[in-house]
Amino acid sequence: MEGTISIKPLLALGTSALAALLILLTGERRKNLREGWTLLASVIKFSIVASMIPAILQGKTLEWTLVELFPGVSFQFRVDSFGLFFATLASCLWIATSIYSIGYMRGLQSASQTRFFFCFALALHGALGIAFAGNLLTLFIFYEILTVSTFPLVAHKETEEAISGGRKYLAYLLTGATLIILAMGFTYTLSGNLNFKAGGFLKGHGTDPLLILIFFVFIIGFGTKAALMPLHEWLPTAMVAPTPVSALLHAVAVVKAGVFCVLRVILYVFGPQLLAELNLWLLLAYMASFTILVSGMFALAQDHLKRRLAFSTINNLAIIILGASLLSPSGITGSIFHIAAHGFMKITLFFVAGAIYVKTHKEKVNELDGIGKAMPVTMASFAIAALGISGIPPMAGFISKWYLCLGSLEAKEILFLFVLLGSALLDIAYFVPIIYHSFFKKPTGDPFPQVDEASLWMVAPIAICAIGSIVLGLFPNAIFHFFEIATLSAKNVLGVP
Amino acid sequence: MSHLPFPILIIVVPLISAFLMILLGWLRKSLCYLLLIFVLGITTLSSFMILEEVLWKGSIHYRLGGWLPPWGIEYVIDPLNGFVLLIVSTISLIIGITSKPMVEREFPERAIYFYCLYLLQITGLLGIVITGDLFNLYVFLEIASLAGYALIAIGEEGAPFASFNYMIYGTIGACFYLLGVGYLYIESGSLNMADLTKLLPGLLSSKVTLIAFAFFSVGIAIKMALFPLHVWLPDAYTYAPSTVSTLVAPLTTKVGAYVMIRVMVNVFPPTFFTETLPAALLLRWMAGLGILFGCLFALAQKDLKRMLGYVLIAEIGYIAMGIGFGNRNGLTGAILHIMNDGLMMACLFLFVGAITLKGWPRKIDQLQGLHQTMPLTSAAFVLSGLSVIGVPPTCGFFSKWYLVLGAIDAKQWLSAAILLASSLCNAILFFRVIEKAYFGKAGNEQRIERPILKRDEAPLIVLIPLWVLTLGVISLGLFSGTIISNIIHLTIPASF
Repeated sequence: MEGTISIKPLLALGTSALAALLILLTGERRKNLREGWTLLASVIKFSIVASMIPAILQGKTLEWTLVELFPGVSFQFRVDSFGLFFATLASCLWIATSIYSIGYMRGLQSASQTRFFFCFALALHGALGIAFAGNLLTLFIFYEILTVSTFPLVAHKETEEAISGGRKYLAYLLTGATLIILAMGFTYTLSGNLNFKAGGFLKGHGTDPLLILIFFVFIIGFGTKAALMPLHEWLPTAMVAPTPVSALLHAVAVVKAGVFCVLRVILYVFGPQLLAELNLWLLLAYMASFTILVSGMFALAQDHLKRRLAFSTINNLAIIILGASLLSPSGITGSIFHIAAHGFMKITLFFVAGAIYVKTHKEKVNELDGIGKAMPVTMASFAIAALGISGIPPMAGFISKWYLCLGSLEAKEILFLFVLLGSALLDIAYFVPIIYHSFFKKPTGDPFPQVDEASLWMVAPIAICAIGSIVLGLFPNAIFHFFEIATLSAKNVLGVP
Repeated sequence: MSHLPFPILIIVVPLISAFLMILLGWLRKSLCYLLLIFVLGITTLSSFMILEEVLWKGSIHYRLGGWLPPWGIEYVIDPLNGFVLLIVSTISLIIGITSKPMVEREFPERAIYFYCLYLLQITGLLGIVITGDLFNLYVFLEIASLAGYALIAIGEEGAPFASFNYMIYGTIGACFYLLGVGYLYIESGSLNMADLTKLLPGLLSSKVTLIAFAFFSVGIAIKMALFPLHVWLPDAYTYAPSTVSTLVAPLTTKVGAYVMIRVMVNVFPPTFFTETLPAALLLRWMAGLGILFGCLFALAQKDLKRMLGYVLIAEIGYIAMGIGFGNRNGLTGAILHIMNDGLMMACLFLFVGAITLKGWPRKIDQLQGLHQTMPLTSAAFVLSGLSVIGVPPTCGFFSKWYLVLGAIDAKQWLSAAILLASSLCNAILFFRVIEKAYFGKAGNEQRIERPILKRDEAPLIVLIPLWVLTLGVISLGLFSGTIISNIIHLTIPASF
């Protein structure tokens, strides 16, 4: 497939890099201007990304090569349907998060806000670079930018707990990254190539045991970021970060980038054919299933709201990996679509957790009795998103789960159907009590005032994301053709016309 | 062939200026710094011209006094030493620019002698790189070393002893090297490298050649501070004055590494140390242990400069390991790392110099609040630290990448594991400092006299060069593909 040369990917990346620089230069003294940069950059970046959608839907790929890094591998951006899917999601939710984080950070009068917004822009830069990367090495460059720029965000509060959370985060992710270097080295030595190709490029190189080894080194490497159990430990710990960080980075950019990379390896490096030949897909599906069920049970046991959400994230990330590893058209479509569906819904949930924290400083699930009366819009959004994640129509979660279930039938593995259904039950078990208690139970401590929502800066993004997850469920193509792009990617990967 | 006289200018100008410096210092002390910059500017320009000419027209042979080799001394510049020449002269120019405020703060009364020694040191280093004659190399090695001993001895308390220690080690190293030259001369009757390359393949079975090779290897290993012959380095570089450690730390060891590549790969046939002798195996082991040792000892240090000294030992291990793989990727990584490590170390030691200049202690746990008073300086440290860890797109990643590829090609899994583990170790090292400087609570008890949040950056004359180096660290990584295909690939022997 020949790519069309286009400077748009570079422009989109340049926007966030420039924004990061401007934020740093503007500094603490002119707050409004600094936040202005964030908002402006997120809107511009999103428009550039969105303007690439028509070309992609026509089946083109957009390319921009900067410089050759070594023979056969360039510093290259190549936007295909899968990359654009992730980029659209990340950049669209960046707008919502920017608005929200302004409300959140000012509401809490947090320190070092310049560092916060700088690192935030840089992290988005990394996420977009991962989406647009045309080969493993470019992807890895942005992967590391994302890793390093998130460390100050996790450690933002500068407390003992925050710093140790940051350390843990780095320890896990940098170890993963070194393994990726090793796996890339093997891949390059075997094939002399690192460029992504729909359907994989490793087929026909190397011996089977070696390929299996490379595959697992890749999965362990990228799996740390995707919080695949037992490599998930950093994610709940990283919840000490301010909520906008947890929301965007731990529901969308960072962990989704991890999943995105895993899917790139499965579908674009190894490819369905090779994985089927080596029977690796089944092994990966079992690993993912294990994570799905265990993390669902862990989530039940969490009393801290954000930690419960973190385990729910781990659960859903594994669902995405499970879907892709089924290697069937519906499975891959559902898995890719779930990246967006889960993104919209989980960000709503995190936003709600943050709004509650800013307003009442409550973080525990059992302290939320009756809060629905005080914050009706917030908690209604929570209910929508939570039910959506459990897979209840008409929210977006239903569509992806439906396709994932179809995928497991297509793959003729009935076991995974039960895993998916079991996980939906677990979702309900850990979300519904929160919804029930917040609306129908009397508060135990001080009664909440009549209606006392957080500032509009925070409520608006919450409501928009909640509505977004309904719209995405009812009209999956209405928002930026998410479903169509997901189907297109699945077709490309499987080579179906 | 008519050549421009750059190959001789690059040696003679700093050598003569070193002596003029003393005279000039008697007349007018303030001009010394300008003369230094002027001379370093000329050497940088010449090395640039030389490299350009080598890349366009092929190797340059400059015969001193018109004597024909192998009898006369010959300067031979091929892409390998043209490249190293450019690195040495550029870094020495950048460090030279920053020397003024540090000299004025630390030892203003000895400035003239410092500048003189600085030029002698550079003469020595450039001479080692440019010469095509093994004995001439020894002469320059001694010039560089003697200047180095004197420069280090200028430093704080403990420096004279460290310098004395270094001198003993260095002299042993130089003697070993000289013995190697002697044995080789007995056997082959030649000192010219190009001549030896032709003669040696026929003499490899001789025990004298073997002994010569052994003497060479040990002598050079001492000079480049390869584990376990590194003992002189941490003390010497910790106690040396800031500007001296900034100069010698990135350059001296790298030049040693260059000599190792030259002797093992060019003068002797490349298969000699990989196949005939178990030298490559030994080198890999020493390098691997050195990397681990350097990283672990660096972890134990409380003094930032001493920590960097041990990091440097680990970095030398990388280069040696790359040579020890005995294949194309490994050697590419080693040569690339000569450049990358030179830049990173210059950057890191310059950072230490800059904070010392502003009265900050070198103890790692006393750096709280550094990013508030010196934001740009600490940002430079973060970026070069990331490069040492090997985070792309900084240049440190790319040399590590080639070394890993080399390890895979050579099927040295243990070495690959060591390379990767060391980057994790480096991550701990540097994030420990970054955490203190950025996340430690400002205004702790040791530093109450400094008001919080007040900007107090290093002077521009230090800050700008520091950032030039930092930008080099970031951008040269992305251009490493260009550098490798245009320069480094020309330097690797065909048999690899």
